Amino acid sequence: MKMEQFNDRNVADNGYFLVDIEDYPTDGWGKFKRVLKRSFKGELFVGLWVVLREMIKFDIHTVQYPEEKMPIGPRYRAVHEMKRLWESDAERCIGCGLCEKICISDCIRMDTKIDENSRKEVTEYTINLGRCIFCGYCAEVCPELAITHGGEYEQASEQREHFVDYEYMLTPLDKMKAGKQLEFEGFGAITPHEDERVKKTPLAY
Amino acid sequence: MDTAYLIETIIKVVVILLIFSALAGIGTYFERKVLAFMQRRLGPMYVGPYGLLQVAADGIKLFTKEDIIPTNVVRPIFKIAPVITAATAFMAAAAIPFFPQFTLFGYTVHPIVADVNIGILYILGVMAIGLYGPLLGGMASANKFSLLSAARTAAVFISYEVVSGLAILAPIMMVGSLSLIDFNNYQAGGIANWIVWSQPVAFVLFWIAAFAETGRTPFHLIANDHEIIDGFGTEYSGMRWGLFFIGEYANMFFISFVIPLIFLGGYGDGSLLGALGLIAKVAFFFFFFLWTRAAWPDVRPDQLMWLCWKVLMPLAVINVVITGLVMMF
Repeated sequence: MKMEQFNDRNVADNGYFLVDIEDYPTDGWGKFKRVLKRSFKGELFVGLWVVLREMIKFDIHTVQYPEEKMPIGPRYRAVHEMKRLWESDAERCIGCGLCEKICISDCIRMDTKIDENSRKEVTEYTINLGRCIFCGYCAEVCPELAITHGGEYEQASEQREHFVDYEYMLTPLDKMKAGKQLEFEGFGAITPHEDERVKKTPLAY
Repeated sequence: MDTAYLIETIIKVVVILLIFSALAGIGTYFERKVLAFMQRRLGPMYVGPYGLLQVAADGIKLFTKEDIIPTNVVRPIFKIAPVITAATAFMAAAAIPFFPQFTLFGYTVHPIVADVNIGILYILGVMAIGLYGPLLGGMASANKFSLLSAARTAAVFISYEVVSGLAILAPIMMVGSLSLIDFNNYQAGGIANWIVWSQPVAFVLFWIAAFAETGRTPFHLIANDHEIIDGFGTEYSGMRWGLFFIGEYANMFFISFVIPLIFLGGYGDGSLLGALGLIAKVAFFFFFFLWTRAAWPDVRPDQLMWLCWKVLMPLAVINVVITGLVMMF
């Protein structure tokens, strides 16, 4: 979809014009003339033609929702997803705790420990989606692009706990193996063709 | 009165009752679909193929809903009001010739229940009684919106009846009979003989009055949802409300029969083609009821009375006078 028509705020050039509305008649003769004009101008038939034209064109705008859905924008912020690394299929989250810190509605809770390889490991990670306001700060602040927002806006479940589950958000391994993990293109993500735009840092000034 | 005539009449009554009750239901389906297509929607889609069984679902819902009679209503009047609307709508059908007469197994069938010699007067009179349903139901409901609706019904009642009566007077003067079969035979010669060519003003006036008669959209002020909830139907539930609905749609079908029979040649010379022509005309007029609902705004009660008394009635009177003068000289 082209964005120009939305970005152009100069409405005067876009075919808008002032409708020429006559003053209301005050005397009886004027009212009589208005009645005659309205009766024989055929404005009622214009309305009839407009709806009949729409019926013949059959340009139906209904989206039959459960069967068909509207495409959703890449920047849409719905239920969070936790991504895996493409190289090793391991979790991207390094347990830095930035998302927990920045979360303005205090819905992210994480616990970490040092594992046997002296690496930080995430033991607990929950997002209380009942509190979450889907502001997108966690996705923006995440240095590893690990926590992102997905496009899954249909949140219905039998258990409230389903929405806080780390496993629920994490990309499943089989999906990862099939190479079907979708990168987040929204808020805080790397812009496309980022590699070409990166300049080498000069070593000497 | 011999037994064969009695049995024939009873069969005709039952057939008309069944067909038009079913048509009233299917009419709601068509209304939803046509309105939806005109508004770029799909309408009912889920119950049955293309939502065709929506009518059955609605029927089940209406029949199984609890029949609530609120505490403060006038019970006998509240209970009888929907029956008046539905019953008078079907009673009006008695004098309408739905088809030309045809021969079935060597027996000549006249598809009219009673060819009374005051046919059109009877139809208009009985249809007018139908407005007592909204009037009494609205007054008995102990509800402000229903009362407003009843007042509007009375306003519509006294306004359109004058117009339709005077408009139909000119064709009656030309034909010299009140029977719809005589009307039809008067125009049997072909399209050139249709009364609409000699009485275009009466045709338009009667058509406008038909909208007030059935309470359809330009004159839907009796039960305007956005102003007075459902008007007289606010306190009704279940099948009592459904009877109002059946009455309204049956009225639409019957008036769609009456307009072509009086002005547009009816079933013509009585051939099969003529009968199909009548059905096509009825379909057009029914479609026009739905069409205007999608296209036109509603008028206020005072605008309706202004229109009927100050514009349409003088026009109708002038039309009658001119017709009389032309017939005299």
